[in-house]
Amino acid sequence: MSESATSLPSSASGRGSLLSPFNVISAVILLGGAAILAVRFTRGLAATTNLSYNYPWGLWIGFDVMSGVALAAGGFVTSSAVYLFGMKEYKPIVRPAILTGFLGYFLVVLGLLADLGRPWRLPYPFIRSAGPTSPLFEVALCVALYLTVLFIESTPAALEWLGLRWWRKVVGSMTIVLTILGLILSTMHQSTLGAMYLVSVLRLHPLWYSAQIPVHFFISAVAAGLSMVIVEGMISHRAFHHQVQISEERFKRINIGLAKGAAVTLAVYFAVKVIGISLENEWHLLGTGWGMWYLVELIGFVLVPCILFSVAYREDNLLLARVAAILTVFGVVLNRFNVTFIAFNWQLPEGQRYVPRWTEIWVTVAFITFAVVAFRWIAQRMPIMYEHPDYKDMH
Amino acid sequence: MTISRRGFIGGVLGSAALTGTAGASTVEYFGGYPGRYGLLHDTTLCVGCRSCEVACKKVNELPPFEGNAIDDHSVFDNKRRTTDTALTVVNRYREADDQHPAVYRKLQCMHCEEPCCATVCPVHAFEKTPEGPVLYHAELCMGCRYCVMACPYYALAYEYENPLTPRVMRCTMCYPRIKEGLIPGCAEACPMGAITFGRRDELIKVARERIRKNPERYVDHIFGENEFGGTSWLILAGVPFKELDLHADVTHEPLPAIGTSYLSVVPLVITIYPGLLAAFYAFSKRKDHLAKQEIEAAVAETRAKADEEAEEKLAKAAEKAKKNQEKAVERAVKEAVAKAGAEQEKGGES
Repeated sequence: MSESATSLPSSASGRGSLLSPFNVISAVILLGGAAILAVRFTRGLAATTNLSYNYPWGLWIGFDVMSGVALAAGGFVTSSAVYLFGMKEYKPIVRPAILTGFLGYFLVVLGLLADLGRPWRLPYPFIRSAGPTSPLFEVALCVALYLTVLFIESTPAALEWLGLRWWRKVVGSMTIVLTILGLILSTMHQSTLGAMYLVSVLRLHPLWYSAQIPVHFFISAVAAGLSMVIVEGMISHRAFHHQVQISEERFKRINIGLAKGAAVTLAVYFAVKVIGISLENEWHLLGTGWGMWYLVELIGFVLVPCILFSVAYREDNLLLARVAAILTVFGVVLNRFNVTFIAFNWQLPEGQRYVPRWTEIWVTVAFITFAVVAFRWIAQRMPIMYEHPDYKDMH
Repeated sequence: MTISRRGFIGGVLGSAALTGTAGASTVEYFGGYPGRYGLLHDTTLCVGCRSCEVACKKVNELPPFEGNAIDDHSVFDNKRRTTDTALTVVNRYREADDQHPAVYRKLQCMHCEEPCCATVCPVHAFEKTPEGPVLYHAELCMGCRYCVMACPYYALAYEYENPLTPRVMRCTMCYPRIKEGLIPGCAEACPMGAITFGRRDELIKVARERIRKNPERYVDHIFGENEFGGTSWLILAGVPFKELDLHADVTHEPLPAIGTSYLSVVPLVITIYPGLLAAFYAFSKRKDHLAKQEIEAAVAETRAKADEEAEEKLAKAAEKAKKNQEKAVERAVKEAVAKAGAEQEKGGES
């Protein structure tokens, strides 16, 4: 995407013509998505989704909400590491990770607005009629608060860009409080998203259903967050290479460090999952068709990337770390899909299963495109990939 | 199960207490509102005439079956479920043979004693009434469909065709009719007496009596008496409940208690994390501080040592210089003495 930007000498700021391939393709995807959403709000969810009475939640919940929240966990993981646990060497990746997190959560809300039957009632749990017994109530509250936290956490770049020194200082002084708040809110809603499935004791396949599913969701979200930071860095460091100040070697060190963290996280996740099978004595289920599919997820997308991350750390191999990160991201998305609609209603006959319609996939791709375009727009203007020279010593 | 509405701050703080009411941390037991109603569906009496389906559509003002679709027995070839326009459906679970008639069961919202839909609703749009029926308040619903997802009986449907005001659609147990002193439409319409309306505890006695009198006709179990805390609809069967797609072997613990057990951890996270994280932050700061102190001490020590060494060297040098000086003086004196002696000698000779 950077070629079109750099090949035009007239654009001093590194911005390309309006008709660059990136812009044209993005525009087509976004306009298509808008058209589908227009149909959704004039002819209903039935006209745009394959949702059914048995599958009230499909791709928009399974990807945009369930996976989106997990993949956006990089923000709280990196900011906690740097500001709370004193791992200062990771500071260069905090800003892009927080921006990715903010855009990720924004995408979650967009997905929710498309999926809700009456989206304009989104504030109802807070202003009209609270349902505090609902795990979803807690998720809604946490996501609303955390989106605010992420917004404030991502303002320093904008304030530096606008030159609002005083405000920048105020926000900077809130860093520790915001980081702690972010970690609390993330722990709560990442795990409660899993807790939402505790009622599905009959409807979710026993291999995926677990009394410990909140813990599964939380640990896998940490792994997904770390992996997304590696994937995001892989793309953004290529796209914004002219902005990056840190050396290739230092960037590699950071990524190898993340790989080490991801290896440990995935090892813990794998262990917790295996202990879960043991506790609930479900070994015999591994021999069934569903068991095979479960092993594909657990071995192919948890154990294998865990080993790859470990080897990447030992051998100092950045490429391997990136392969493992991509596998982990796919694995966590696969897990959320399994829980939301693949292994959900597993006892129903084959013909009644849910498969996303192309319009659902298009809208989800459009939301992701929106986030990428927004990231690009912001990173081209604001100090995301580099430190602003005037604000070097602030955090 | 009725939960008073409260502001969200109170709601968050109260979530622990409310999950407690679902059975986590209290020894008190709420056995349900006294005298509440229920319905007994005796599947051994059901002949699959679908009069209940017709009556239900009429009572709820839903689009009726077209033409003589009601007599079309091919609908039994597939298992159906309730939809947004059919709040109850009858399925055939076993075809008739020479000795046995076909087995049918009527599906609809079971009106749980502890309704899961009500517990998982983030806007508290469901209400378990003291009369027994579970009601849904469309004016509060934001359409998240968690209730549809959570229902263990696949009993809730949604108006996916409606773009702006979709509702969850489900049997109301004819609550308005009950209020008027009438009985639910399906129970009134059933020509076989397969649906009995009454007080739930009375119906359980009736069901027991039927099983006692005809033990060869019934499976010795009343579905809905205890499953997941029990339901308002009670079902009797002559074939194993599994064949009717009913899980009669599930826990008697209310599903909401299982589904929200985790929420009691939430207040702990809110209260423990700030202190714990502040401690982590303090540890990492302290580590930095100690490391800095150590370096400072090492630097100071090295400097002190260097100073001492330098002083010693200086002292040695001074001593050496002094010695050299003394030696030089001695030498000079000696030389002078020698010179003087030599001169004396010279003078004495002359």
